[in-house]
Amino acid sequence: MEHPAAHAAAQSAVLAAPYLWLIPAFPLLGSLFNLAFGNRLGKAAVRVVAPGAVLLSFLTGLYAFWSLVRAGTGAVLVNRVYPWIHAGSLQVDVAFSFDPLSGLMVLIVTGVGFLIHVYSTAYMDHDEGYARYFTYLNLFTFAMLLLVLGDNLPLLFVGWEGVGLCSYLLIGFWYENPDNASAGKKAFIVNRVGDAGFLLGLFLLYWSLGDGPQDLSFRSIAGQAGELGPGSVLVTAICLLFLLGATGKSAQIPLYVWLPDAMAGPTPVSALIHAATMVTAGIYMIARMNFLYVLSPEAMLWVAAVGAVTAIFAAAIGLVQNDIKKVLAYSTVSQLGYMFLGLGVGAYGAAIFHVMTHAFFKALLFLGSGSVIHGMGGEQDIRKMGGLKKYMPTTYWTFLVGTVAIAGIPPLSGFFSKDEILFAAFNRFRVLWAVGLFGALLTAFYMTRLLIKTFWGECRADHETQHHIHESPPAMTVPLIVLAVLSVAGGWIGTPWANVLGDFLAPVFNSRHGHHSASLELALMVVSFAVALTGMGLAYFAYVVRPGLTTRLKEQLPFLYQPLLNKLGVDELYDLLIVNPLVAASRWLWSGFDVRGVDGAANGVAAVVERNSAVWRKLQSGNVQHYALSLFAGAVVIVAYYVLA
Amino acid sequence: MIGTNAILALAVVLFGIGALGVMIRRNVIVIFMCIELMLNAANLAFVAFARALHSMDGQVIVFFVMTVAAAEAAVGLAIIIALFRNRETIDVGELNLMRW
Repeated sequence: MEHPAAHAAAQSAVLAAPYLWLIPAFPLLGSLFNLAFGNRLGKAAVRVVAPGAVLLSFLTGLYAFWSLVRAGTGAVLVNRVYPWIHAGSLQVDVAFSFDPLSGLMVLIVTGVGFLIHVYSTAYMDHDEGYARYFTYLNLFTFAMLLLVLGDNLPLLFVGWEGVGLCSYLLIGFWYENPDNASAGKKAFIVNRVGDAGFLLGLFLLYWSLGDGPQDLSFRSIAGQAGELGPGSVLVTAICLLFLLGATGKSAQIPLYVWLPDAMAGPTPVSALIHAATMVTAGIYMIARMNFLYVLSPEAMLWVAAVGAVTAIFAAAIGLVQNDIKKVLAYSTVSQLGYMFLGLGVGAYGAAIFHVMTHAFFKALLFLGSGSVIHGMGGEQDIRKMGGLKKYMPTTYWTFLVGTVAIAGIPPLSGFFSKDEILFAAFNRFRVLWAVGLFGALLTAFYMTRLLIKTFWGECRADHETQHHIHESPPAMTVPLIVLAVLSVAGGWIGTPWANVLGDFLAPVFNSRHGHHSASLELALMVVSFAVALTGMGLAYFAYVVRPGLTTRLKEQLPFLYQPLLNKLGVDELYDLLIVNPLVAASRWLWSGFDVRGVDGAANGVAAVVERNSAVWRKLQSGNVQHYALSLFAGAVVIVAYYVLA
Repeated sequence: MIGTNAILALAVVLFGIGALGVMIRRNVIVIFMCIELMLNAANLAFVAFARALHSMDGQVIVFFVMTVAAAEAAVGLAIIIALFRNRETIDVGELNLMRW
């Protein structure tokens, strides 16, 4: 039986597209320009160059996308730039490939990224690090484009590390505050744990592919993957190591802890990390490596389980957070869990579909929250908000669209993508479907809570702040409106009746549409619609109809409320199990081994030499006649030795 | 004819006087002259052996030694003059800057 992955590799037409390198090159050049001249030329130049570079990438991406669609099903655009690592049988090139999956990701990254850049030009207007900010932001876009366009695993890894570095730089952007700096370090270190998994997976894969000529490109790995043996321990190990890498980048259990802290960065950065770049890297990588994961049902089960558990775990924490950005952060972790669930049940297309719709509405929500924070003069606590509807109408209406989209109300985009994942889960593991559905209930609840507490009711800010609340400038509201339109309409390319996106992505995932029962799917859609409505209704009931209800619940159920408010103590648990022992061990190695052992040995030798020298240097009297005497004495001894011997 | 042993005995005495002078005298010029004395004691021994062994080698070496001694005297006296100009002393007991 011919393996499906090998089959896919054989039928795809490879077309040369020598302009692909331009897509990542534009943001890189923009970044270098802002680094070198940004401060000298001032904000006016930076304001044009940084978003302009991303726009140029977007347009190049559109052209490539159009060429790809015109080339027909199964085509791939390839651009081999230069030979990179040529050592013996290992022949790795810097090469870019543009297939439906990469193409979609490029458009998401550059499209949503462009809107975030435009928004940032206004949001960061008063910041001293204006040029530095856009240097990082462009570099971030470059790294992400390298990641999604890379034709082979090593090049993907370069982009993978690049986004890790840029997230560190941007999360710790306001490094004057030690909390922000340590949040950046936390993101970097937690990501490194995942990266170690990715690297080990890469090594194990390379080792297991044997000694033959190897370029580690996805097409050739897909062709050889069948030789590893479906269901073998080796394949499962490789897949699980890559999964560890993905949990780091895409903020899943057990490595999600960096993402909520990543809120320390400027709000548009949160939007960029959560929507267009970074967290989608893990999803993309697993979707890209689908030919390996189909070989290992155990690994797939792990992916699905990690996703489903993360989805409700993070949603539960999100229920009680009071910081507008923290709620959205846990919401992102939870939504990424859905994408993992989709990957794990083999619905790669649905997972990528959710990546896309999530990029729209989560970018919208984060930029909306940024607009709120901007209008409130830096306030992030939703307990001190409320009633913003009348002050910030554009922000309110677009935020409402984002909330309804993420809650899963048809016909907005979030409904279709989430429903496709849940339907696929229903066909594979009923339990995970139920978990996902419960997560959808929580999602609808906490997002409605956020909306109500921020925009409805009476304003709880103090008089001074209230006086200054204002709608944001057009550079911020226009991206909101564009994203709101996309959040509404973005799902219509993947409806169950006409799954344009699914068919478009099908060649990458080698999936054929199973003949599933349309009536079953319709029934499940009604169920999830009902669940979403219930969630929103419960939130409306708890925060508008009976405002005192939540206070009573907090008092009566402290054993539920307190742990959730404290994020279930996961940070503390990690501190206890990993961080503190590591710190203690490091301290011992420092004071015990390094200071006493290594330094002690070096200093001890020096001390012995010094003490001896103190005695013997007395010989250096400076008196010539002493030296003459010792010369004669030496001569006498030598002569005596020869004469007497 | 004076015996070789007698000449060598004279050479030893001269060398001993020279070596003793180098080690105990303080005046640089005297030390210098003592060094010359030691060189000439060695020359005397060379010549004595050359005569006893009927070989010209020892006498040839004496010429070399005398040449080197002449050069050494020129350089040495120049150093002593420079030393005296700087320090206004030629007492080696006081010339002991290069010590611990």
